[in-house]
Amino acid sequence: MIPLSWYLILSAALFSIGLFGVLARRNAIAILLGIELMLNAVNINLVAFWRYLDPVRITGQVFAIIVFAVAAAEVAVGLALVISVYRNRKTVVADELDMMKW
Amino acid sequence: MNFWKDPIQVTADWLMSLFTGWGMAEGLANILINLLGIVILITIMLVIDILLVWIERKVVARFQDRLGPNRVGPFGLIQPFADIIKLFIKENITPVGVDKVVYNLAPILSVFSVLILWAIIPLAPQILGVDLNVGLLYLVAAGAIGTLSIIMAGWSSNNKFALLGAFRQVAAMISYEIPMVVALLIPTVLAGTMGMLGISQAQQGMWYVFLSPLGALIFLISAVAELGRAPFDLSEGESEVVAGFHIEYSGMKFGWFYAGELLHAFTFGGFWGILFFGGYHFFGLENWGPLVAAAIVLFKALIGYWVIMWIKYTLMRIRIDHMLAFNWKFLVPLSLVVLMVTALLNTILRDASTWILGLSMFLSNALIAWITIEILRSRSRKERENAEGLAQPTMEAAQH
Amino acid sequence: MTILFLITAVVILASAVMVVSSRNLVHAALWLVSALFGVAVLYALLDAGFMAVVQVVIYIGAIAILFIFAVMLTRREMRDTGPGLNKNWWVSAVMSILTFGGLAYLLSSWSGFSQTSADIPVGFDAVTALGEALISPDAFVLPFEVASVMLVAALVGAVYIAFNPRIGDTRK
Repeated sequence: MIPLSWYLILSAALFSIGLFGVLARRNAIAILLGIELMLNAVNINLVAFWRYLDPVRITGQVFAIIVFAVAAAEVAVGLALVISVYRNRKTVVADELDMMKW
Repeated sequence: MNFWKDPIQVTADWLMSLFTGWGMAEGLANILINLLGIVILITIMLVIDILLVWIERKVVARFQDRLGPNRVGPFGLIQPFADIIKLFIKENITPVGVDKVVYNLAPILSVFSVLILWAIIPLAPQILGVDLNVGLLYLVAAGAIGTLSIIMAGWSSNNKFALLGAFRQVAAMISYEIPMVVALLIPTVLAGTMGMLGISQAQQGMWYVFLSPLGALIFLISAVAELGRAPFDLSEGESEVVAGFHIEYSGMKFGWFYAGELLHAFTFGGFWGILFFGGYHFFGLENWGPLVAAAIVLFKALIGYWVIMWIKYTLMRIRIDHMLAFNWKFLVPLSLVVLMVTALLNTILRDASTWILGLSMFLSNALIAWITIEILRSRSRKERENAEGLAQPTMEAAQH
Repeated sequence: MTILFLITAVVILASAVMVVSSRNLVHAALWLVSALFGVAVLYALLDAGFMAVVQVVIYIGAIAILFIFAVMLTRREMRDTGPGLNKNWWVSAVMSILTFGGLAYLLSSWSGFSQTSADIPVGFDAVTALGEALISPDAFVLPFEVASVMLVAALVGAVYIAFNPRIGDTRK
């Protein structure tokens, strides 16, 4: 049987890779891709905790489902913002979107 | 145990004793037997797929007042094999500038998304791949993989027509997924389970098409849209985007898309039969044995497939904005209303007899249909009057 | 079981690395699909069949497709220009490695780190329990409703933000 630690290490690694994507990518859509990876890492943790610690109370799965809803909302609004920004500035590179910088 | 009572289990037991007799470990033998079952199921499905080519060509010929293939073999039965040989010996053209891996992966995924559906179809109480307790959601998930294969094909082909076709098809599929999910919830509410086997068993007394005819209709419409067949075949509208997402595919790669489409239609016919037309139940005929039950399911799938073909070769293609408006303004609200009414009646009449439940369900559905038609009639009358009122002055202006 | 987990883990991590490193954004989105499919397999391994199927429906059927659409809508030519990573990428790499190290250290100091899985009672149906938990007032009905309100808000917001008034009403 697989110990819980394997899932936790896997999700920590996935989270770190997602974090790298968020910090290092230039394209705004790629940054959103990294955020998706991080949210999935969290979800792996939640479901693993549900299965390993307390399968009868369904808390972990409910949390994971709320994370699904948050992820869907985040992608919808985020990509709408990216498209809107692209329409106005003709670029989606995060470094070039510096109107607010002085 | 008798072979005719439970053929799968008997065969599996026999194979198990055979493999362990060869000195194989039990776990390994188990995995091997499961793999063998998967391979056999897929093979049967693909052979049926070959015959579907013949059926499709024959039926469309009859719809169009022709004879169809009748030269190769009796009734042209060998024709699909000739087609396949032709597809195989065609040159596999890979256009310049395509994304090779994605381009080659797309037809595979397209067929894969159909074949995995057969894992949950209960051909008989004893003959089914797996009885998932989330079976109907699995159906939607497989549709998601199909959507992905289409957008992969459209994007990787490096062709504007392919991309346009893929965009249209994906927009349609994502929109029509919503009425389909809601229509799938109706059998779920009635049977109290999402497992396909449970839904089949719950229809022993009364087929769900009598309880919810509108649900069956909505499922059929959204299934046709999901398949991308006429009247919703915008993705390959020959006069607009030439052939849509599979314009750059030739030879057997195109063949996989074609085979996937036919098998998909057949599969959705099967789902229609299982969810709304009683699954393997057919006036007690299913008690003759699991093989008869499987034959009943396949027969119902063929009937459903025939209905889908009937729609395809009768109706003309509709415009994309009409298609999306039809979905969002008509199908989604209607399906939600039907679901609400079904759930309410099902809760209120929980203790009533089957006949009272069936009658009230049927009448409520008829009422909803009548109200819908009345609303549509008044709206279209208003629209017509508006159009005529606008058209009148311009006609006069033209005359002056 | 263990072999399956290891294969899935390797697929997930490799795909995730490709997501953050591939220069072609459509490829990155497709690698994301592969990673998310791996996560769905993990859910299935964890006996959470509902989560696995919902993962495929939501992430592959909706989110990944949305990403591919957005990538196609935000470039005039279908190829990429410039580097994929910004010039401080090594700082990010160090930071994410530090994050991983910190997380691993924190987790390994937790007492339940190498716990083996609890037994699911006989006859316990996780899907039924989940459905009841989501609508029963003494469980999670409030978060559930808040999540649905948030989805409606996101829907309206996304339509409003992405709406282009110049090409808005096609019927004129």
